[in-house]
Amino acid sequence: MTKKIVIDAKGIYYKELNQQIRKFIQKGYTDFELLNVSGQRYIATGLEGDYNFLIKGVAGQDTAAFMRGPYLRIEGNAQDGLGNTMDAGKIVVTGMAGDVLGYAMRGGEIYVRGDVGYRVGIHMKAYQDKLPVIVIGGKAGDFLGEYMAGGILIVLGMFSQDKIAPITGRSLATGIHGGIIYIRDGVPDTQLSFNLKVEEIDEQDSVLIHKYVSNFASELGLDAEEIMDARFIRIRPKSHRPYGNLYVPN
Amino acid sequence: MLGSRVFSIREYKEKVFGQKDYMREKDISGCGLFGVINKEKKLISGSVPVTAIAVQHDRGNGLGGGFAAYGIYPELSDKYALHLMCDDKDALSCAEELIKKYFDVHLSEPIPTRSTVNIINAPVLWRIFVTIKENRSTWSNLDDYDYVVAVVMLVNKQIPGAYIFSSGKNMGAFKGVGFPEEIGEFFKLDEYKAYIWTAHNRFPTNTPGWWGGAHPFCLLDWSIVHNGEISSYGINKRYLAEHNYECTLMTDTEVVAYLLDLFIRKHGLSKKMTCKIFAPPFWDEIDRMEEEEKQAYTALRMVYGSGMLNGPFAILFANHEGLVGLNDRIKLRPLIVAEKDHDVFMASEDCSIRSVCPDPDKLWAPKAGEPVIIELKP
Repeated sequence: MTKKIVIDAKGIYYKELNQQIRKFIQKGYTDFELLNVSGQRYIATGLEGDYNFLIKGVAGQDTAAFMRGPYLRIEGNAQDGLGNTMDAGKIVVTGMAGDVLGYAMRGGEIYVRGDVGYRVGIHMKAYQDKLPVIVIGGKAGDFLGEYMAGGILIVLGMFSQDKIAPITGRSLATGIHGGIIYIRDGVPDTQLSFNLKVEEIDEQDSVLIHKYVSNFASELGLDAEEIMDARFIRIRPKSHRPYGNLYVPN
Repeated sequence: MLGSRVFSIREYKEKVFGQKDYMREKDISGCGLFGVINKEKKLISGSVPVTAIAVQHDRGNGLGGGFAAYGIYPELSDKYALHLMCDDKDALSCAEELIKKYFDVHLSEPIPTRSTVNIINAPVLWRIFVTIKENRSTWSNLDDYDYVVAVVMLVNKQIPGAYIFSSGKNMGAFKGVGFPEEIGEFFKLDEYKAYIWTAHNRFPTNTPGWWGGAHPFCLLDWSIVHNGEISSYGINKRYLAEHNYECTLMTDTEVVAYLLDLFIRKHGLSKKMTCKIFAPPFWDEIDRMEEEEKQAYTALRMVYGSGMLNGPFAILFANHEGLVGLNDRIKLRPLIVAEKDHDVFMASEDCSIRSVCPDPDKLWAPKAGEPVIIELKP
């Protein structure tokens, strides 16, 4: 049986809030509803196991960093560093998310309904059955997927506040050497550097995108088929060692 | 322990002027920002910026907090409000004597403060409301603003234990060593009302804390708060020296205050153009522009290359006409902007804005290098 606790985080310093959560975990609580969260840092950071968090408000820096297992639903916005080096679990954000979302992410899934900041999904990596996935409903800033080594980034550009900005920014996937980025409706050519392999998706890609878009849609109450009803492009690295010849030419 | 890391004004000046000019260091910081403006000039209580910056407590380390406020001296709005910090009464007397040589003094009084637990070793804090002497003994060729700038620079250089840290009309800076919420309490900011506020929480890493080193940095009615590091400090400083601005604070942000004064007031550039000097488009972006725009941006980069700010930054700057927020062009520091009716908020963190405006009409993260320029309604 799940044991549930509601904590009003209003005015509670981040250290105290996290200490409270750990104490409840020791007492056997598994489900948490955190109200009036106002940028408190490190919620669920380093937490391992099967826990559920409903976070209402603004999740602070490095929420769910190094997390392994829990499910977080953030009803509101998340600030910078959400899911930093996250290992497993699932995060849903109903608003927007800040910079360096999913930095060096090693596993798990992140679904953000709105826009995300700069340097999202940089250094993501995958290994054997570990496959990190980020689905972005809005638009992304510069350096999306920079130095990406594995995993999947899906950018939809549908639920953005910014009508003018391109769906992704400058230096898209610079230095990528593994993983895949899927972009709905494509990106302007000027954002695609020469070391990227840009292709139309195939049947296998379509199945993969559909799986994660369906998760995204059901978590956020959206229509998956409407989201899928568009052209997607696939971005992969041309080489898995893009800088192999940089210092010591072969 | 904190006390031993804090320099007096005299010690700081000895350290600065004892060094060869080219040796003067700068400081690197990762800080918290907040700003608010009411476009209709409706006055906002000082407790608003204090609350909002306090939410970002952990972005600083207690070695600097400060605020700038516009519209706080309506009864003396035609006088320059000089805010001074002095090691002792003697230093204040020396400064006041020098100021009286150049200005008519209308009111000279302590800046009101209340005793606050963590604010220790506060200097003598004073404000002097002045107008320019009818018959100037010197600098008669300078316009009024240049004259004020010249006197401010003179006092700051010549009086060892005194520093003018704010010199605009109907505005003022309040700053010192401590967390910003403590500085706000110390200066009784809850008793002030302003139509623009900026606030700063400092995390200095390379130089010791001192009262003058806290943000905002002000000159005339320019004020600037900054999170980040201006790596181009050296080249900016040398460029400013050619235009008679002397950097004396060993803190990189100082250059921005003087560059604003130079570009906008003296060269007549717009705020947008100035922001595009600070954070210019990349050359490949310029190459893709329409011809006229391409020429304009090329010219800006050619003429004002030395005014470009390199390195990570988010800045908020203000004058009597409005508030501007700007990020470096690859967005190495956070900045969030929100609107609610006639209020516009800018901060390092989303939660800071929501602490004083829980339900904004719109909230977004501006793109790198894209200034958010908010002007007061005329």
